[in-house]
Amino acid sequence: MADQPAHRAAVVEFEHVTKRYDAPVKRRGGTSTKTPGAVNDLSLKVPAGKICVLVGPSGCGKTTSLKMVNRIIEPTSGRILIDGVDAATRDITELRRSIGYVIQQVGLFPHQTIADNVATVPRLLGWNADRLRARADELLALVGLEPGTYRDRFPSQLSGGERQRVGVARALAADPPIMLMDEPFGAVDPIVRDRLQNEFLRLQEELAKTILFVTHDIDEAIKMGDLVAVLQVGGVLAQFGTPAEILSNPASEFVARFVGDDRGLKRLALDRVGDLELVQVPLARPGDDAADARRRAHADPFRYLLLVDDANRPLGWVDEEDIPASGTLDEALANPVSPIVNRRTTLKDALSMMLDADVQAAIVVDRTGACQGVMTVDRVARLMREGEHGRMYGVFGDED
Amino acid sequence: MEDKPLVDWAWIGDHLDDVVVRLFQHLQLTAIPVALGFVISLGLAIWAIRRPIVYGPTTAITGLLYTIPSIAAFAFLRPIFGLSLLTAIIPLTTYTLLILFRSNVSGFQSVPADVLEAAEGMGYTRRERLRRVELPLAIPLMITGIRLASVTTVGLATVAAILGDSFGGLGQFITEGLQTFFPTKIYLGAVLSVALAFSLDILFVRIELWATPWARARAEQTA
Ligand SMILES: Nc1ncnc2c1ncn2[C@@H]1O[C@H](COP(=O)(O)OP(=O)(O)O)[C@@H](O)[C@H]1O
Ligand SMILES: [Mg+2]
Repeated sequence: MADQPAHRAAVVEFEHVTKRYDAPVKRRGGTSTKTPGAVNDLSLKVPAGKICVLVGPSGCGKTTSLKMVNRIIEPTSGRILIDGVDAATRDITELRRSIGYVIQQVGLFPHQTIADNVATVPRLLGWNADRLRARADELLALVGLEPGTYRDRFPSQLSGGERQRVGVARALAADPPIMLMDEPFGAVDPIVRDRLQNEFLRLQEELAKTILFVTHDIDEAIKMGDLVAVLQVGGVLAQFGTPAEILSNPASEFVARFVGDDRGLKRLALDRVGDLELVQVPLARPGDDAADARRRAHADPFRYLLLVDDANRPLGWVDEEDIPASGTLDEALANPVSPIVNRRTTLKDALSMMLDADVQAAIVVDRTGACQGVMTVDRVARLMREGEHGRMYGVFGDED
Repeated sequence: MEDKPLVDWAWIGDHLDDVVVRLFQHLQLTAIPVALGFVISLGLAIWAIRRPIVYGPTTAITGLLYTIPSIAAFAFLRPIFGLSLLTAIIPLTTYTLLILFRSNVSGFQSVPADVLEAAEGMGYTRRERLRRVELPLAIPLMITGIRLASVTTVGLATVAAILGDSFGGLGQFITEGLQTFFPTKIYLGAVLSVALAFSLDILFVRIELWATPWARARAEQTA
């Protein structure tokens, strides 16, 4: 496939990777056994610049898989290739310094200031003091922490959410092409988690790192992943694909159960208004001929006109019945507009707005506020049905 | 005898230079064993955290050394090293090992696992990790061990009086006082020992505060 490695991102590929831990204790019989695999013949390829989420129940080998990339754990068999080079052949220290690493407990160095924590890898790489200071400030600002306030504090003086941000900043410090993130937002409350997730996604739009992200939370996986690898206990890959694919076509009973009965609803949080085929309704402007407008409204199944201004910005709906038989259209005829959404609004948010307003349709506008069409509940239902019948999404996001 | 006061202040006033010399000797009898013991047990502790199998035997051996009576040890070593400092330093050093080995190991064990994992994952070499992460974070428990070892050694070192005038320390006052029925010397030796132990304890508390600014930051935070 046509890989277009983003700036300073790398392709990470698992090739038949298996990990078995030695059994920690010998059984009474005296036979030393290997435990069943923690990771079993895992093969998957993460394209440069994408977020691949490893998700699955506790103990399914997510952390083990992640730690084999920076060789905190060595595979029993198989290879992990980074831009085609077997990680096992690289100098272990150099390899680790080229990979950002974020863990749930954060693991900030309690005895170092925030600035020193952030500058850890650059310091190991031998940068000079001025450059270290500048880089630490730059990264703190990047993750939304005012450098002047935070740089000289110690980790114990920060809140959980602030520590997680510092953890992310520290992992980004040497601008690594790859980031490994093991439940990075797992230790903070749901509101902070949501904010950190959103901020991180925004950051990733600029950074375009190749990211392996571990979580046990399917909602987080769907939200964060360009690609999602669902693992089941025993370290077996149950399904690998885009979030939409996994929600629409679970590959097995296990995946279907893991994503939950509400996978239709989950897709609503994933799909955006731009994915819908919009309904086109008749448009009219104030001053248009009323008789003509009435005819057009009558011809439309909707029986409504959308009154717009000169720039096509919606002014309001006009009911066919309210249109005078003659004369011209007047802005006073328009009923207040129902929810206005844009192509980036998720279907979940759009539907919620429609329910709140107690209407069946929402107006979709572009960046300038000009009307592009109307979304209806019916069109949403149609999209969901297509999914069920196997609409394919490009695994590597070629459609974007 | 009857007319002698309990403490002969005049005698003390006349012998202040002796007091200084004995105090200095005693400090030497404490500082050298504690310093040597710390270095040896630090090496043993690093070995033991790398190879946990080392921990049990080392604890057993240092425990065994601790049980050797000090008088017996001095008596045994005197024919070999004579009335030299070594005769006192060797047993006093071995007595510190039990405390210091355990406190050093506890110090290393107190470093949080997530911190070690983060350090490993970010590409610290073992040496760098030991120097920049493990040692600094082990300081509080290591210093607790040093405080205990110092106080204990100040007490034990009074027995080194058998080394005589050149190295005897404060124990010399006590021994002489007992031999000459001169209580002032006994009190002087005992009180100065306690004062020395107390001062060393305070000194190390200060050193710990100075060496761990991050712990102070946390304390201020919670205060
Ligand atoms: N150091 C270890 N020694 C033995 N077994 C281990 C070790 N680490 C993990 N395991 C086992 O390997 C399996 C996968 O663990 P892990 O990768 O941590 O799972 P996850 O991160 O998905 O919860 C589990 O069954 C776990 O008990
Ligand atoms: Mg895990």
